[in-house]
Amino acid sequence: MLIQSSIQSPIQSPGHPPLLSFKQVACRRDSRTLFAGIDYAIHAGDIVQITGPNGIGKTTLLRAIMGLMPDYDGEIYWQGQPVDNARYDFTRELLFIGHLTGVKKSLTPRENLQFLANLQGRVSLSEIDDALAQVGLYGYEDMLGDQLSAGQYRRVALARLYLNHTLVWILDEPYTALDIEAVASLEALFVAHAKQGGCVIFTSHQAPSIAELKVLALTDFQSQPLWNEGNYEK
Amino acid sequence: MKSKPPSATPLSRTLAAVFRRELRIAFRQQSDMLNPVLFFLMVVTMMPLGISPQASILSELAPGLLWVIALLACLLSLDGLFRSDYEDGTLEQCMLSTQPLYFIVLVKVLVHWLTTGLPLTLVAPLLGVLLSLPVDGFVPLWLSLLIGTATLSFVGAIGAALTVSLRKGGLLLSLIIMPLYVPVLIFGASTVRYAVDGVGYNSTLAVLGGFFALALVLAPLAIAGALRMSVEE
Repeated sequence: MLIQSSIQSPIQSPGHPPLLSFKQVACRRDSRTLFAGIDYAIHAGDIVQITGPNGIGKTTLLRAIMGLMPDYDGEIYWQGQPVDNARYDFTRELLFIGHLTGVKKSLTPRENLQFLANLQGRVSLSEIDDALAQVGLYGYEDMLGDQLSAGQYRRVALARLYLNHTLVWILDEPYTALDIEAVASLEALFVAHAKQGGCVIFTSHQAPSIAELKVLALTDFQSQPLWNEGNYEK
Repeated sequence: MKSKPPSATPLSRTLAAVFRRELRIAFRQQSDMLNPVLFFLMVVTMMPLGISPQASILSELAPGLLWVIALLACLLSLDGLFRSDYEDGTLEQCMLSTQPLYFIVLVKVLVHWLTTGLPLTLVAPLLGVLLSLPVDGFVPLWLSLLIGTATLSFVGAIGAALTVSLRKGGLLLSLIIMPLYVPVLIFGASTVRYAVDGVGYNSTLAVLGGFFALALVLAPLAIAGALRMSVEE
């Protein structure tokens, strides 16, 4: 019981800084402002969906958070510290699965996972096989990538979620090519991860059926023309 | 809070994983791996047909020819070095790893050398026979190629990293890399030439060794920087 309470307590407790917070974050690409003025905080236990039409900069925002797009304005904080100063601490707690998943077609699911997992943490072979079984790839562990379907291929990357001990999951379009069942179990996994004090940030065009979902709509952060700024009052 | 990560992965473990993976990929795509060796073999076998089968003429040309062709064969293999990792997101994952990119890149290039430069070096003495290279030249040819191709891999990887985000980077890659290859070629070929002429070749071999040491230490810095630039754009 004692352990239980110590696990639960830090979540949302007022003394704790949010895991990630944004202060006036803005991104532009080729002189076009994608979004501006994002003030937002992501706490332990949050599941955040970033929404917006194509080309609005969802992926760009994710890349800015992870430091793969250093060219942004404003500040991003990791547990209260500017993320650039805490890059190592942040990356240690980060798992990213992007559009491009890093899964190679010329390797089997087991080999792929072995490599990807070893970039971040230490995992044993049996853990890898368990994770593959969890995403429904039992029996496919030793097949080469070309023999897998697009969805199965995607699941190899998602199996990393089952192996992972990091706090922050960042996923770019995780639902792509997944069937209904896989989507449901992915959502269940999100909820479980949030309950344990992690946070999930993902982009998607679908409306997930997660009760505790928070939505960060990038359409709310479209930049105002400069001359409008004076009128901006609430 | 969730349980802490079970202690950071030791660097050696990550590097071993990178090493195993790269070797596996190389052996699964054997045509890519055999391409430079086959090129080397074909061009050298055509030389006697194209120039002259006379041993005296061939043995005169052999040191330079072998080195030039080996160098071009190396160049041939560079284009794809980081391309597929860039296109499937592996590079992003490597950058988001807590391990330094420097060492990951170092291992990648080492494997590239093991699968292209080393086979070239191993078949070179055989091709020396085809070009009637004098007996004195074999050991220096072998040694100079061993060190030289490793340098070529490291230097060439800088160009491959710089052009990784370009769809048709092949031509640009050659243009960037060729001038950097020239010193290696000069000292490599003259090592063999000196040996054939009966002059001591230790000094040129030492210079080649110096190039290799420099490339081994500095090239991964440049490669990692170039890759970061390509991914971050």
